[in-house]
Amino acid sequence: MMPFIIKNLPILIVITPLMFSLIVAVLNNNRLAWTLSTFASFLTMIFTILLCFEVSYKSNISYYLGNWPPPLGIEYVIDRISIIPIMIVSVIGLIATLFAHNFFTLEIDEKLVSKTYSLWLLTIAGLIGLITTADAFNLFVFLEISSLSAVALVALGSKVDRKALVAGYNYLILGAVGATFYVIGVGLLYGVTGTLNMGDLAQKIPALGLNKSVIVAFTFMMLGIMVKAAVFPLHIWLPNAYAYAPSPVSVLLAATATKVSIYIIVRISYTIFGSSYEIYSFESLRYILLYLAILAMFAGTIMAIFEKDVKKLLAHSSVAQIGYIVLGISLATSPGIASSFIHLINHALIKAGLFMSIVAMGYYTLKRIDVKTIAGLGRQLPITFFSFVICALSLAGLPLTVGFISKLYLIKAAYMSEGIWLPFLILVSSALSLIYIWKLIEGLWYNEKSLKIEKIKELPEIYLPLLVITFLNVYFGIDAGLIIDNSFIASDALMSGIK
Amino acid sequence: MIDQIFGVWNYWIVFILMMIGLYIVISKKSLLKKIVGLAIFQTSVFLLYITFGKIAGGTAPILTDNVNEIYSNPLPHVLILTAIVVGVATTALGLALTVRINKAYGTINEDEISASDLVEYHEKYLEDKK
Repeated sequence: MMPFIIKNLPILIVITPLMFSLIVAVLNNNRLAWTLSTFASFLTMIFTILLCFEVSYKSNISYYLGNWPPPLGIEYVIDRISIIPIMIVSVIGLIATLFAHNFFTLEIDEKLVSKTYSLWLLTIAGLIGLITTADAFNLFVFLEISSLSAVALVALGSKVDRKALVAGYNYLILGAVGATFYVIGVGLLYGVTGTLNMGDLAQKIPALGLNKSVIVAFTFMMLGIMVKAAVFPLHIWLPNAYAYAPSPVSVLLAATATKVSIYIIVRISYTIFGSSYEIYSFESLRYILLYLAILAMFAGTIMAIFEKDVKKLLAHSSVAQIGYIVLGISLATSPGIASSFIHLINHALIKAGLFMSIVAMGYYTLKRIDVKTIAGLGRQLPITFFSFVICALSLAGLPLTVGFISKLYLIKAAYMSEGIWLPFLILVSSALSLIYIWKLIEGLWYNEKSLKIEKIKELPEIYLPLLVITFLNVYFGIDAGLIIDNSFIASDALMSGIK
Repeated sequence: MIDQIFGVWNYWIVFILMMIGLYIVISKKSLLKKIVGLAIFQTSVFLLYITFGKIAGGTAPILTDNVNEIYSNPLPHVLILTAIVVGVATTALGLALTVRINKAYGTINEDEISASDLVEYHEKYLEDKK
């Protein structure tokens, strides 16, 4: 039994949530649906941990679906690079599933809850599939599985606020256009190379020289994925989708969905086109990404400062944080990519914690959380407030939290390749982010209304997952060796593909 | 010259359909028309793939006794079969959302939807002030 599982781990992490989503869809009992979903995400995490051990001494696991060898068959590749986002999705997936039940029963029609769990597991399966697959077209299929189910999840927020429907619709249209752009790119590449396997593509592209089809294909693929990753001017769907989605969906999507898309950007630009790096001089694209990232840092932060609705505020700050991650990638050096992997992990932890504490406050008070309704809530909900403060400080990058580690490495990498002006801009935008963080903390704690303090009983099923995330935020801020080492291994592996 | 236009006839059609679809998605205010535009846009990509796969004079890729038979590449067809399914799912989800938006707002015009959101926002604002 065990060798069989070990042998098939790369597919098991995808197929477990996928199969359970089918089972969960036909259930009528909501509690049972939740239990099964938790079990499925727990199983996925166990498989992921086993896979981590496998990868740590094999360094590269290649799995042929149905035993058809590539380039004919579909290949799944787990290596030191892809294990990082898989770990993020499965850990956050488990914590968010544990956290989800109370919110879904409150915010969604009772007869739809089990279907919601089905979509939830489909999203997780789609995201993990996106990371594992090494087939360019299979990636498109998983892209659509994850984004269609995410759209449906976002639109389920319509019981609370009808704006969720429009947010979901915009996400669908932009996401579909993005995915179709990606398919056009893949088609053009297939037309000139005759293969869809990423490793095979990387071998065949350099021989083509300066081929127009390849350049156009690269542009289409990158643009399509940049829509999904919400890189600055293409982020327009993100704030509303995160703000009006049901609470647990905001947590899951904010922590994982854009991260996975950024990972695909890295894969496309380094794994597929990396071997022809010299020919398709990454320099010009690199500067486009760099300036977009700088714009994102400032635009996201400034939008967040002026935003009143707290969930939307966090979504705007996500846009800024994606800017930091893309900045690291655009440096195109080993420390730069490592710093963006570090921030990829850390930002998932930070945003999951922030969204969880904010939606928990919304759950206890049964109000939409904006800068007015949070007045004095910090004293009524000490545990939630504590987690919120830790994660918020982590977002700003204070020492002893994960945010500090990622800022440190990002600034170091930026200084090494661009000189002093880039670290300066990063520091300015971090300082600006303190404004909205302080606005929230001030509202939560120091407000006049808090004089009549009425303690609200906090539920353990909500604050325990939250505390786990908070603990991870602090733990990896103090002992960041694990994250840093693995990020550097991943970035070195990526850079080694570039000749 | 003629060869450049008519020799790659299919690609021109792909190009025209793609632009029509994208233009509809961007410019139309009706949510329903946007979905139609998206479907046209996706269809153009299907045609692009099928055109890659076609070999002049090639038959369908079926195993025959003749080993030297020229046949069209079957892989793009299979890929597009998948992409069509995805396209149908996208259209279905988009239409379902449009129906729900129509129920919630009483309109599927983008401008009217944002207008009614704005009205809602102001009413809430005035209520809070009281």
